[in-house]
Amino acid sequence: MALALQQLINGLTLGAVYGLIAIGYTMVYGIIGMINFAHGDIYMVSAFISVTAFTLLASLGVSSVPLALVTVLLVSVLFTSVYGWAVERTAYRPLRGSTRLAPLISAIGMSIFLQNMVQLTQGARVKPIPPVLVGGFDLLTRDGFTVHLAYSQLLIVVVTVFLMAAFTYLLSQTSFGRQQRACEQDRLMTSLLGINVDRTISLTFMLGAMLAAVAGVLVTVYYGVVDFYIGFVVGIKAFTAAVLGGIGSFPGAMLGGVLIGLIEAFWSAYLAPEYKDVATFAILILVLMFRPSGLLGRPEVEKV
Amino acid sequence: MVVLAHQAPSARERCKDAGAVALIALLLGIPTLGLTTIDQGGTLHVATRWPTLAVFVALCFFGRLLARVAIDALQARARHRPAATLLRPGARHRLSLCLGWGCFGVALALPFVFSDNRYIVDTATTVLIYVMLGWGLNVVVGLAGLLDLGYVAFYAVGAYAYAVLATQFGWGFWQALPVAGGLAAGFGLLLGWPTLRLRGDYLAIVTLGFGEIVRIILVNWTALSGGPNGIASIPRPSFFGLPFKPGDDGATFAGFFGLDFSPLHRLIFLYYLILALAMLTNLFVSRLRRLPIGRAWEAMREDEIACKAMGMNVTNVKLSAFAIGAMLGGIAGVFFAARQGFISPESFTFNESAIILAIVVLGGMGSQLGVVLASLVLVLLPELGRDFAEYRMLLFGTAMILIMIWRPGGILSQRQPTLRHRAEGAAP
Repeated sequence: MALALQQLINGLTLGAVYGLIAIGYTMVYGIIGMINFAHGDIYMVSAFISVTAFTLLASLGVSSVPLALVTVLLVSVLFTSVYGWAVERTAYRPLRGSTRLAPLISAIGMSIFLQNMVQLTQGARVKPIPPVLVGGFDLLTRDGFTVHLAYSQLLIVVVTVFLMAAFTYLLSQTSFGRQQRACEQDRLMTSLLGINVDRTISLTFMLGAMLAAVAGVLVTVYYGVVDFYIGFVVGIKAFTAAVLGGIGSFPGAMLGGVLIGLIEAFWSAYLAPEYKDVATFAILILVLMFRPSGLLGRPEVEKV
Repeated sequence: MVVLAHQAPSARERCKDAGAVALIALLLGIPTLGLTTIDQGGTLHVATRWPTLAVFVALCFFGRLLARVAIDALQARARHRPAATLLRPGARHRLSLCLGWGCFGVALALPFVFSDNRYIVDTATTVLIYVMLGWGLNVVVGLAGLLDLGYVAFYAVGAYAYAVLATQFGWGFWQALPVAGGLAAGFGLLLGWPTLRLRGDYLAIVTLGFGEIVRIILVNWTALSGGPNGIASIPRPSFFGLPFKPGDDGATFAGFFGLDFSPLHRLIFLYYLILALAMLTNLFVSRLRRLPIGRAWEAMREDEIACKAMGMNVTNVKLSAFAIGAMLGGIAGVFFAARQGFISPESFTFNESAIILAIVVLGGMGSQLGVVLASLVLVLLPELGRDFAEYRMLLFGTAMILIMIWRPGGILSQRQPTLRHRAEGAAP
C-alpha cells in the first residue's frame, strides 16, 4: 500500500513532465497538422541550458534556491524559445505547401542536427549537477516503508498546475488564443481576416518550446543529470501521451502525460523495469489500433 | 501586360536582414557554443568560448549577406532568360542507364584490380551493404511515400535471426537467408497493420519507437541475444559447401580449386555475394515497379485520397511495400551477421536508421542510381579522416534539411511515373 502511494507520487511527477512536453506536440499538431520531431531535442537543449545556468549561478555565489530557480527558468525559457522559433523557421516554414513527406524529413534532419550539435559542443558525457533542491516530507511509514514526497516533486506538480491554468487562460481568453484556434480551424480564412498566420505558427512553436524548457529545468532539478540523448526517448513518450490524450487536444495532452507517467511508475515497481519503454510503446500501438483519436480528441475528418 | 518592376534591396536593407540573422545566431549560440560546462574533479565548471561564438556569428552575418546577394542575382538572371531544360526526359533516362551499367562494370572488376588490397574490398563491401539497405528502404520511402524511421530494426531482426539459427541450431547461410527475410517481413506486417491505416506521421513515430524497442529487447533478453555482449563466432558462409579454410584435401575452397590458401578469398567471395544480393534486389524492385502493385505504390504516394476513391485498398498496398522493404532489410542483415561474425545491439542504433534514410533522401527518393551515389559518398567520406567522422551525423542532419528545402524529391529524384500510357514523343 505504501509502495503504491509512493509510485503514485512518482508517477504523477513524471506524468507532469511528460504532459508539459506533450502540450508542445499537441499545439503544433493542432495548428499545422504535423508532428514536430525536433521537440524532444528542444527539451534536451533546455536541460543543457539549465545545467550551464545552475553551474554559472553557483560559481557566482548565488546561494538562494528560489532565486536560482527563477533565474534559471527565465534564462532557459528565453533561449529555448529562440530554438523553437529557429526550428519552425528553418525546417517547417520553407516547406509549407510542399509534399507530405518533405517537412517530416526536414524535421527529423533537424532532430539529428540538434542532437549531434549538442554532443559536439557540450560533450558526449553525462553531466551531473549538485542537488539544487534537497529534502522533502515523510508522509507516512507502514511496514518499514516510508512514503517520501521530495520538494522537487512538489515543485514539478505545482509549476505544472500553474502553467496549465495560465495556458488555459491564454488559449481561451486572449486575442492570441483566438488567433491560434482560428488558424487550427482554417488557415486560409484566418489569413483573409487579416491575421498573420506565419507569426501565429511561429509563436505556437515558441510556446511549445517554452513548456519544454520548463520541463527541462524541472527534470534537471529532479534527476540532476543530463546527456545529449535524453530527448529521444522522452520525446517518444511525450508523443505517446499526446496521442493517448487525443492529439490536438490541450487537456488531453496533460491527461495522457499523467496516465503515461503513472503506467511507467507502476510498471517499474511491480513488473520489469528494464521493459518500461516497451510498455509505453505498446500503449501507443494499442491506442492507435482501437482509438486513434485518443481519449479526449475529436475523430479526424479527411478533407479533399 | 503589366510588368512589375523588381527593385533590388538597398545595402542598408541587406545589412539589416543579415544583422537579424546574426542576432538569432548569437542567441542560439550563447548556450551551446559560447558556454559549456567541463567536469573538473567531479564538479562542473563553466568554460567560455567567446572567440568561437564571435566567429560563428560573423560567419552567419556574412554568409547571409552573400547568400542573399547571390540568390537575388540568380533570380534576376532567371527572369531575363527563358527557362532552359537541361536534358529531355529520354536523354536523362539514357544517361542514368549508362551510368548505372558503368557502376555495375566497375563493381564487377573491382576485386580483380585491387585483388591484394584488403581495405578497398572491405570498404566496397560496406558500400554495397548500404546500397542494398538503401534500395530496400527506397521501396518504402521513395516508392510508397511512407516514412520509416526504424528501418534498422528489420536489419537487426535479419542479423539476429541468422545468428541464432546458425549458432544454436546449426543452420547454414543459405537455409537461414529466406527464413530471416520472411521473419523480417512478418515483423513489418505486424508493425504496419495497426499503423498503416492512419496518417503517415503516425507511422514515422511508431517506426522510430519500434527501432528503439527492438534495441532494448536485444539488450535485455540475454538468453536469446546475449545481451549487450552480442553473439560471437557466427559461422561464415561457405562457397557451395566449401569452407574458406587452410587445407589441401579438396574439402576447402582453396584445396578444391588447387589454389594457395589466402584470407582474401573469403573477402572477395563476400564482396561478390553482396553484389549479387544487391543486384537481385535492384532487379526485383525495378520489376515490381512495372507490376500493378508498383504502380499502385507510386499512385498512392502522389495522392492517397484519389487512390481510395478509385477503389484501391490503400492499407494492403502500403502493407505490401512495408513488408517488402522489411524483407530486403532482413536479408541485408543476414549478410551483415555472416560477414562480421559478431553482432551486438551497438550496430543497430537510431543513427544507423538515420544514415540509411539520409542515403535514400540525399540520393533521390525513388531513384536506384541516386542510392548508389549517396551510399558511395556517405560511406567513403568518413573514411577520409577522423575529423569528418565526428561531424558526420551533424552534416547528414543539415543536408537533410537543405535538400528538402532545395529539392524536396532528393538530388536525383525520380517522381516521374515508371510507366506511361504512350511511348515518349509519340503523337498523342
